Amino acid sequence: MINKEVGSVADAVADVFDGATVMIGGFGEAGSPIELIHALIDQGATDLTVVNNNTGSGEVGLAALIKAGRVSKMICSYPRSTNSTVFPDMYRSGRTALELVPQGTLAERIRAGGAGIPAFYTPTAVGTPLEDGLERRTFDGRDYLLVHGLTADFALIRARVVDRHGNVVYNKTARNYSPVMAMAGRTTIVQATTVVDVGELDPEVIVTPGIFVQRVVEVADPAHESELIAMGATYP
Amino acid sequence: MSDSRIGLTRDEMAQRCALDIPDGAYVNLGIGIPERVAAFVPEGREVIYHTENGLLGMGPPPEPGEGDPELINAGKQQVTVKPGAAYFHHADSFAMIRGGHLDVCVLGALQVAQSGDLANWSTGAPGAIPAVGGAMDLVAGVKTVYVITQHTTRDGDAKLVESCTFPLTGLGVVDRIYTDLAVIDIVDAGFQVVELSPGVSFEYAQERTGAELIPRE
Repeated sequence: MINKEVGSVADAVADVFDGATVMIGGFGEAGSPIELIHALIDQGATDLTVVNNNTGSGEVGLAALIKAGRVSKMICSYPRSTNSTVFPDMYRSGRTALELVPQGTLAERIRAGGAGIPAFYTPTAVGTPLEDGLERRTFDGRDYLLVHGLTADFALIRARVVDRHGNVVYNKTARNYSPVMAMAGRTTIVQATTVVDVGELDPEVIVTPGIFVQRVVEVADPAHESELIAMGATYP
Repeated sequence: MSDSRIGLTRDEMAQRCALDIPDGAYVNLGIGIPERVAAFVPEGREVIYHTENGLLGMGPPPEPGEGDPELINAGKQQVTVKPGAAYFHHADSFAMIRGGHLDVCVLGALQVAQSGDLANWSTGAPGAIPAVGGAMDLVAGVKTVYVITQHTTRDGDAKLVESCTFPLTGLGVVDRIYTDLAVIDIVDAGFQVVELSPGVSFEYAQERTGAELIPRE
């Protein structure tokens, strides 16, 4: 019998190792798996390469992971936001490196990685500073850049409902990167507000099929980053 | 500044741009003045707004206390959905953009060159944290790219220039510029004035532009 549910967020991230690449779902706070990130801080893995659109806000969630010194490199498109002071400090002091990627290129690199495609050509960023180091090639008179697919050792995902096979339904714009990160993570871990029995989800509405998910854990009342920040929360 | 009352306000610039959003268009609005375009699209036109974090059919901000932190726009502000809206993941969202499925995007600018080159993501200042988001994807893929910007910086420097000095977002991508002083098309020969704002002479606009303006016929 397949049952991917584990008992706690601590169990879910127990095998994340030093030097791992970790994709973390979310765009700003929408879809950020805060409880899994906090469990990862407790777990202690370090020298991580983290893939996320942003670099977190305040001193909770992703920002707390960076502040704890666990992230040696961020791959992201927009490492700047209101309440974002942790990453700028770590970047300027040289403790966290940055690979800046246009947002759509980042999403497609992740999708390609999960789909077994090692590289592809995109028109985005031709003629800009982000072209540096990339091969340029012309197709039908237009220039494109060769970029590489991205995979990860782990992907951390936040969802609304998941079943014990790992079939996932998201909430509104919290979906964002999660479906493609679930594909690109060798071990994809989903925290969901509700874990249901197999058969309860309509196959027509499943967004991420369970084949892309290795572990699920119920977090019945997940925190929202903005609410934690408003309360002045920090982690740990 | 002494001439601060000459030319359009920010809302008037957004209103002027909104006149050019056609009925039935799929539109992406950038953060800032471009966002305000949605408030001014003329009655009778149905326009579907795309926000690149994964929503088509975006509506206005929610009533106080009724928002959902997981229903936001690309500026990370809470929004609502209109009937017929759809959610999708990021790779699909940028397939819409890069694949040429969106009709119009409206963006802000640091500089626009007479060739249509756009710089709007970085001043390249030392020590600044570089952040690009979806701007390069939008200009590479959306069929028509409009820019709304003040004609000059707060210090009076021209933002419409012969060639950009700030890091580029895209090469030859801008179609039309809406400033407080004028509406200007990018044509093969450069900056073609389409109209001047009330009370603005061609010479006044030219003095505040870093490249030659082409007068109306």
